[in-house]
Amino acid sequence: MPIMIGPPHYEQMLHPAIKKNYGKWLYHEHVKPGVIKHVSQTGDEVYTVRAAIPKIISVDFVRMLCDIADKYSDGYVKFTSRHAVEFIITDKKKIDPLIEELESKGMPVGGTGKSYKPIVHTIGWNHCHTSVIDAPGLAKAISDALFEYFKRNDLPAKLKIAIACCLNMCGAIHCSDIAIVGMHRKPPVVDDEIVSKFCEIPTTVASCPTLAIKPKVLPDGKRSVEINPERCMYCGNCYTVCPGLNIINPKYDCLSLWVGGKVPNARSPPMYSRLVIPYLPNNPPRWPETVEAIKKIVKAWIENAREDERIGEWIERIGWEKFFKITGIPFTDKHIDDFIFSIRDFRTTTQFKF
Amino acid sequence: MFSVKTGESMVSKTPLLDELKKGPWPGFVQEYEKMAAKKEIARRMLNQLELSYRDKRTYWKHGGAVTVKGYGGGVIGRYSAIPEVGPPAGCHTFRVAQPAAWFYKTDALRTVCDVWEKYGSGLMNLHGSTGDIILLGAPSEVLQQCFDELSSKGFDLGGSGSDIRSLSCCMGPALCEWACFDTLDVYHTLTMEFQDWIHRPAFPYKFKIKISGCPNDCVAALARADFAIIGTWKDEIQIDQEAVREYAKAGMDIKAITERCPTKCMSWDGKELKINNEDCTRCMYCINKMPKALRPGKERGATILLGGKATILQSAMLGWVIVPFMKIEKPYTELIDLIKRIVTWWDENARTRERVAELIYRVGMRVFLKAVGLPPVPQMVFRPRNNPYYFWSPEELEEVK
Repeated sequence: MPIMIGPPHYEQMLHPAIKKNYGKWLYHEHVKPGVIKHVSQTGDEVYTVRAAIPKIISVDFVRMLCDIADKYSDGYVKFTSRHAVEFIITDKKKIDPLIEELESKGMPVGGTGKSYKPIVHTIGWNHCHTSVIDAPGLAKAISDALFEYFKRNDLPAKLKIAIACCLNMCGAIHCSDIAIVGMHRKPPVVDDEIVSKFCEIPTTVASCPTLAIKPKVLPDGKRSVEINPERCMYCGNCYTVCPGLNIINPKYDCLSLWVGGKVPNARSPPMYSRLVIPYLPNNPPRWPETVEAIKKIVKAWIENAREDERIGEWIERIGWEKFFKITGIPFTDKHIDDFIFSIRDFRTTTQFKF
Repeated sequence: MFSVKTGESMVSKTPLLDELKKGPWPGFVQEYEKMAAKKEIARRMLNQLELSYRDKRTYWKHGGAVTVKGYGGGVIGRYSAIPEVGPPAGCHTFRVAQPAAWFYKTDALRTVCDVWEKYGSGLMNLHGSTGDIILLGAPSEVLQQCFDELSSKGFDLGGSGSDIRSLSCCMGPALCEWACFDTLDVYHTLTMEFQDWIHRPAFPYKFKIKISGCPNDCVAALARADFAIIGTWKDEIQIDQEAVREYAKAGMDIKAITERCPTKCMSWDGKELKINNEDCTRCMYCINKMPKALRPGKERGATILLGGKATILQSAMLGWVIVPFMKIEKPYTELIDLIKRIVTWWDENARTRERVAELIYRVGMRVFLKAVGLPPVPQMVFRPRNNPYYFWSPEELEEVK
């Protein structure tokens, strides 16, 4: 069988109108939520219609997307970096019937401009061995709660939420307006039997960023490790390299909520999300406490932000001390960094607000 | 390591997951149900997921090395911890390399669907966080056949493990007027150039390359790519004054936009928009606000940033500038050579599971710059160091003497 053929060449995948106007685009306009008009130097106008789809889909669902694309967009379809689907429309008259068909098949149209965008998230209990929470389920619950903002274009700025099921943080969630991360709160439990059989001891020892792991020799001469619980901050990196260090503990595992990150360089430089709520209960199937906390933060942002301010830009302007006051979220010792780059966040001035 | 009460080997109903079928946002549980009606493996995945919701924990185990002939990456090994309820014989993930910027002809997508329904669960993501098509749930015994059929029909696997991960790029010149270079072509050319590195995990850890056509960075390259290529320009923002006046006439508050400019390099007197390009840092804000009137300059290329990564291990890091401006033109020799020098240096010097940012944090930019042959420039830092602990090499002292 052929190997190393690489992905299909993109030229085979481009709608003829895109091929014709490749690199010739002049400007774009937001027609209405979910619909963007792209205008080319050639005078051509192409519309993209954006709809939300579930993160996990069946082949039947994909075939339905293909049927819709065959009917409305000449057999071409594209996906966005936030996992929405987009149809490429050259005939303006097809836009409304397309929207109607998408909505009738459960795919809401929206998510363009100053709106709530589909959540970027990990796969969770659906298919991952280190997941603390189930991001697909939580994303569904949050998106139901914020649904109205998906179909609007009048928020202060874009609203991007991301979820990582554990600290491995697959997907760049550390720069999101709001991020949720699944967290452990207890050190791993050492299973000497599994460690001695399956784990490379030096790699396991070296995997710990706080030097909490040291080798030990069992009475029968086999090798394992021990963990200093005082030093462990539950990152789970050792569990990734060694299955004998189980850190999953449903009784104590939880969610954490982070706020104020952004990726684009527009206006302010990219920013990290910052810890806002260190503990939220892991409460499937709909995580009501987490959904409520997010609704509260989004509401405070909409009420207080100026035009074009992302959540982080709003908070940086008013100050984090003010943010905690406005939202009523308690500030704790967990909020003050005590890892390796901590001092850069300490306030080295007498300028602050009460 | 795991325990499940015997006697409840099959869940017949999914009352907890049924809660996720409610509400206006498209739900994934219905997708499981579609495949569960046809595929035993999908039914078992659904059963296992319901138990996870009940017990608030994952029931997947560590994967171990699973792959196809000739490759090391591209398949994520996945086994159920409760095979009497979940999938009994492996339930692995394929990462399938996506065409640039996720553009598809429907017959290509249908091809993937047909192969995947034949061999696997029929469940998938479009797309995973890294950018690949993700096929979720293939039993061990069909992996090779499934790959063979995919590859004979034009699809290849992406990266996984300690290799160069699948690249991704924004829609660039295909649909966006702000693309400062051809992101799709760079994506495809680099992906083909690095095929060996993508398929064969032989590195200390993962290495990510992401490509955005302008500083809006729609694929979040700066945040997550070890090597980020982000479009920019060197000359003046192109202004169509008539179009600015049209925006003003239509009610846009142009003055407010100039006041929100981070460098305050713009002014608007009601007739003419002036930009002091010397002071502009090309953030895209004004261009985003007035796409009809403003465009990036004509001398276009990219800024190269190094070191973006998520938390594991020493904290999340954003990429930082290592080349302020590079022309990005076919055949991309300068770009490819730089990536090769950096990856080779990282491969030779990093510890196991050390990303390139952490290696540089450990050994210093001084060592890195010398090793890969890049000159230090002020654009690399916000401000110079404020401590006196800097090094001199013996050669430099000879020169000083």
